[in-house]
Amino acid sequence: MTSPMIVSRRDALCLSAAALALAPGLARADAAAVEAELRKLYGDRKAGSGKIKIDVPQIAENGLVVPINIEVDSAMTEADHVKAVHVFADGNPLPGVVSFRFTPACGKAAASTRMRLAQTQNIVAIAEMADGALFSAKSEVKVTIGGCGG
Amino acid sequence: MSNKPVPRVRVPANAKKDELIEIKTLISHEMESGQRKDAAGATIPRKIIHTFTASFNGKMVFEANWHPAISANPYQSFFYKAVESGEFTFQWKDDDGSVYESKAKLTVA
Repeated sequence: MTSPMIVSRRDALCLSAAALALAPGLARADAAAVEAELRKLYGDRKAGSGKIKIDVPQIAENGLVVPINIEVDSAMTEADHVKAVHVFADGNPLPGVVSFRFTPACGKAAASTRMRLAQTQNIVAIAEMADGALFSAKSEVKVTIGGCGG
Repeated sequence: MSNKPVPRVRVPANAKKDELIEIKTLISHEMESGQRKDAAGATIPRKIIHTFTASFNGKMVFEANWHPAISANPYQSFFYKAVESGEFTFQWKDDDGSVYESKAKLTVA
């Protein structure tokens, strides 16, 4: 960030966004919104646990840039591979974060990116295997400075 | 955004057959989420890169669909199992219809 003496335009925006975030009635996704997204994708199909691992920091100092690594245990052959992984956050204005689409050519079902988190919240990831099986995992990230309203 | 997004990609130049290589990509982009408001209180319209794709010799390897929750200057890494020599094509698709492209050669010994 910039020196404390100077409030840049960007910081001013962040501050106003933070003030907005505290105001009641501002739309935020919640666990139900994540559930709804999952239903849109997979209907009532049940996801098992295991196989998928979410690697996120327990505490994120800066909600604007939170690293996330997803790894799914799979041989990544034509018959047995991970087709897709969807990641959701239940405390952001919108629940969707990212969808990864893997192919057997990847050799390993792992991918990393960086996301914005508006507040402390749960990250939910669901993996779809080639045979249609689903696996999901959940992980909480504590955010000390929010993602400045995006 | 005033500056044209600049992609940066790290791919090893050489790999052994069946070696698992990690590919790291980064592109400069604001990823305006559509959630922020300007000083006048008007919503700043969304403008993000929504899709990243990687293909090798024309065959799809990996795709990521990014939502507004992805950070500015989006980073993406993934793996590829080296089978034959060839060329990667990486593409980033912007909300405004622009497509940014980068290529990288891989030699498999």
